[in-house]
Amino acid sequence: MSEQAPFTVEQFYKYMLQRKLMAAKCKKCGKVHLPPRPLCDNCFSKEFEWIAVPGKGRLVTYTVIHVAPTQFQSIAPYAVGIVQLGNSLKIPGMISGVAPECIKIGMQLAIDFGTCGTAQTWPQWPRYCFRPV
Amino acid sequence: MLKTLKYLFKHYSIFPVNLTQKRKPDLKGKSLASIVSAGLSKFGKLEGLYAREIFAEAVKEAYDRCPNLDPKKDIKAMFIGHMGESYEHQGHTGATMADWAGLLHIAATRTEAACASSGAALRAGVYAVLSGLADVVMVGGVEKMTHRSTAEVTEYLAMASDYPFEQWNGITFPGLFALMATAHMHDYGTTEKQLAMVAVKNHHNGSLNPKAHMQTEITLEKALTSRVIAWPLKLYDCSLITDGASCVILTKPEVAKKYTDTPVHIIGSGQASDTIGMYERKSLTSLTAAKLSAKTAYEMAGVKPDDINVAEVHDCFTIAEIIGYEDLGFCEPGEGSKLVENGETRLEGRIPVNTSGGLKAKGHPVGATGTAQAYEMYLQLTGQADRRQVKDARIGVTHNVGGSGATATVHIYRRD
Repeated sequence: MSEQAPFTVEQFYKYMLQRKLMAAKCKKCGKVHLPPRPLCDNCFSKEFEWIAVPGKGRLVTYTVIHVAPTQFQSIAPYAVGIVQLGNSLKIPGMISGVAPECIKIGMQLAIDFGTCGTAQTWPQWPRYCFRPV
Repeated sequence: MLKTLKYLFKHYSIFPVNLTQKRKPDLKGKSLASIVSAGLSKFGKLEGLYAREIFAEAVKEAYDRCPNLDPKKDIKAMFIGHMGESYEHQGHTGATMADWAGLLHIAATRTEAACASSGAALRAGVYAVLSGLADVVMVGGVEKMTHRSTAEVTEYLAMASDYPFEQWNGITFPGLFALMATAHMHDYGTTEKQLAMVAVKNHHNGSLNPKAHMQTEITLEKALTSRVIAWPLKLYDCSLITDGASCVILTKPEVAKKYTDTPVHIIGSGQASDTIGMYERKSLTSLTAAKLSAKTAYEMAGVKPDDINVAEVHDCFTIAEIIGYEDLGFCEPGEGSKLVENGETRLEGRIPVNTSGGLKAKGHPVGATGTAQAYEMYLQLTGQADRRQVKDARIGVTHNVGGSGATATVHIYRRD
């Protein structure tokens, strides 16, 4: 068996550092998981393959957060939304590069992969966001 | 051959019995467990008190209400809802609360399901009583929150949401419900004004509840002009950061009359789960876990939404109450905002919701909320709700949501 990248959140973010948006497709039933998971919740298979997901999608809902957790206070207020990529996959993310009052449900957004923070503590994941196309 | 079959039939009762026997007992309309007493601490900013000390206040009321109860002798187990260790740097809440309730050495277990922690405790209590393992159990919940800053509480509450994608992107709890509110406004035309009407109604009810955190009425204008927390949700769309504790004494139905002449029976109990990440759900305008819990509970109880006389609905945010109406079947999907606008859920309306003031005005000490709802139902169905009493209330429902909807519990209650 060939070496395969594990189907984990950690690996999902490693791909993101390589500017790739990847999901796990179950080889048995075909269900696509974003985020990936090591056990298919549909058919209980552990056999997956990585597939590339389009980095552009449609905004399905959003909010503008004014009262933020300690870590995010310095950038508040900021907009976050849920973006639908393709037919069924959705992921949340911050929305940048557009004034909050100009954000509309249905608008097209593209992922900005961002960079990994400099902190040496867990987790060392990139800070991605979405921007208008 | 025939002889062998006859032998098997006689001694092992194989298929003829298995084919006709019901696998589950028929619970429809029957009492699953009975509430014989209940207690609630004052809700609010309880300075200088530790969670266990607040819990003792709720316990004392439950003991005082039920002189026939010998707590040390009768209570065999405790289930206690508690959300977070972070607030007081204190976990292991089951044993701690049993000790502070004067019930040292009983089997005590903490249940954690975010804001539905004590709804899950209540459900666990039903399991315990129904199984026959215990005749009398205490079920409760507690949270001490107000000694922390708003930023800290915001962070601790967010721990009940998905970390790798939701928390990582700075989404708070108000933020998650704001995402649902924006979708509901977009899909059904719900307005910020209609959201504020939930707050005005619940603050009115809270003004009639001496144990509520906030006992002052608010105007629509005040709610609408309050500062934005997570657009479209403003300060008065959000429940309160509150300290408090609650408990109920649950018994096997057959022994309830030994303790009180007016037990309140739990006749339906539903609990369900959903994806921790809201973004993985099909619907952003309803909570599948709540709908499934409601379906289970209604079927078990043999009642319909129209039969409900009084309801406590999980109004952690105003939008959650509106979605709660829809998920509980009080109206069609998308019609929740009209229900509040038409006054149907006011105290004197068709189906009064959150007579206690709800999480919005009574307060939301997260771990205590599920059994605080059961406490209100106990008062309403025994005619002890004083100025906020719903006339002739006979059947009630409580709806408790954990996190952004990854857990929900629904319980249905009936008086004799």
